[in-house]
Amino acid sequence: MELKELTDLLRECAGVDEGVDLDGDVLDTPFDELGYDSLAVLQVTGVIERDHRIQLSDDTVAEATTPRLLLEFINEQLGAASAVRAA
Amino acid sequence: MTTALATTTAVFTGIGVTAPNGLGTEAWWRATLAGESGIRPVSRFDASGYPARLAGEVPGFDPAEHIPSRLLPATDHMTRLALTAAREAVEDSGASPDELPPYSAGVVTAASAGGFEYGQRELQALWSKGGQYVSAYQSYAWFYAVNTGQISIRHGLRGPSGVLVTEQAGGLDAVAQARRQLRKGSKLIVSGGVDGAICPWGWTAQLAGGRMSTVTDPGRAYLPFAAEASGYVVGEGGAILVLEDAEAARDRGARVYGRLAGYAATFDPAPGRGGEPGLRRAAELALEEASLAPSAVDVVFADAAGVPELDRQETDALTALFGTRGVPVTAPKTMTGRLLAGGASLDLAAALLSVRDAVIPPTVNVTAPADGALDLVTAVRRGPVRTALVLARGRGGFNAAAVVTADD
Repeated sequence: MELKELTDLLRECAGVDEGVDLDGDVLDTPFDELGYDSLAVLQVTGVIERDHRIQLSDDTVAEATTPRLLLEFINEQLGAASAVRAA
Repeated sequence: MTTALATTTAVFTGIGVTAPNGLGTEAWWRATLAGESGIRPVSRFDASGYPARLAGEVPGFDPAEHIPSRLLPATDHMTRLALTAAREAVEDSGASPDELPPYSAGVVTAASAGGFEYGQRELQALWSKGGQYVSAYQSYAWFYAVNTGQISIRHGLRGPSGVLVTEQAGGLDAVAQARRQLRKGSKLIVSGGVDGAICPWGWTAQLAGGRMSTVTDPGRAYLPFAAEASGYVVGEGGAILVLEDAEAARDRGARVYGRLAGYAATFDPAPGRGGEPGLRRAAELALEEASLAPSAVDVVFADAAGVPELDRQETDALTALFGTRGVPVTAPKTMTGRLLAGGASLDLAAALLSVRDAVIPPTVNVTAPADGALDLVTAVRRGPVRTALVLARGRGGFNAAAVVTADD
């Protein structure tokens, strides 16, 4: 998953705070600076788990404090899932 | 000290309205004085298969115009209406809650069902598709206290807060609770109620109560006090009001609409016990607290259930207190339908503007009360209004009465 897909999902699932440019370089901007609390991150990770049929660890929301970290968690699971399918 | 606190005067300094016959205080008030009704066939869902098909829906409400993008996925329709009214009320009051001492401003609203429409959607997702399709925001979007919480967060009101759940009586009970918080030392409380559950789930709940009108003519469906009364129409919306400690309001030079001079709540006797319903006693106690005789009341905003037995009870209470045709009685809710927890708050707003503008808004569609006992105001009536009595009954035996007076 690329940043663009994640920011589109954030926009759709949780809206965008005024004054935040999600199209800018936000990979390393903490979610709370982007206006997203843990519930917003929980909502978006829930949708990603559902639509991509992956399972993120319970600690993901607490540990993935930036889009880059969340994408790493997601892509790790996506990779594992496709490895399972390929096998 | 106790005496000083108990005598703290609560004044209204801000009004915000979302009503079926007008979005925003001035639009609603203009429509109300003009006798323009907002009762129409339901548009928020397909009601053609239900016995009741009319509702009062807030017109022209585009959520994106009023609600920040971040809040849209997290809020029910009625919370969006409440946030819109709250913003208008706070701006109208001219207060800057963030300049007040920390924790001295709070929120107390009335509610009846929480975010029912949101809850219906998420529950449908749960049983048709599974838990992964339920929004994380359902955790609070359905909740009775959601309007209080969202208003509190948006306006930084971190003082004493709460929610009252007493059906229609809630719109008065909330401002009374707000006044208690002022008496305990708060400076400002955002109060009132905005409610609404015009969705199949909410509709079914109201229908089960057995008091909804099934008449399909918008001009004939809700006729409180009329011989043809056949139940009520449900609406959405209400009013958010800013209450302040009178001294605090004076210190900042606030414009004051009026005082909450008296309030009381009573219960009806338990079912099967017989005896007089509690409405008259609530009105008497509220007047007593205001130190006013019934003769001082210029207008009564009636509960106006639209159910013959309940209308008769209210007529009896009013004639016992004021005599036959002893006081002008009005029910502008004939233009909005009954707004659940928002109804009595909207009547309070109307009472305050009646005082401001020296005018009594009309009851529409009712040409003549069933008996001649009430002086029902069926066309706008001009003249000074210094004292108004607002009555509200909530299903389940709740009665509340509030007295508002001009501030001088």
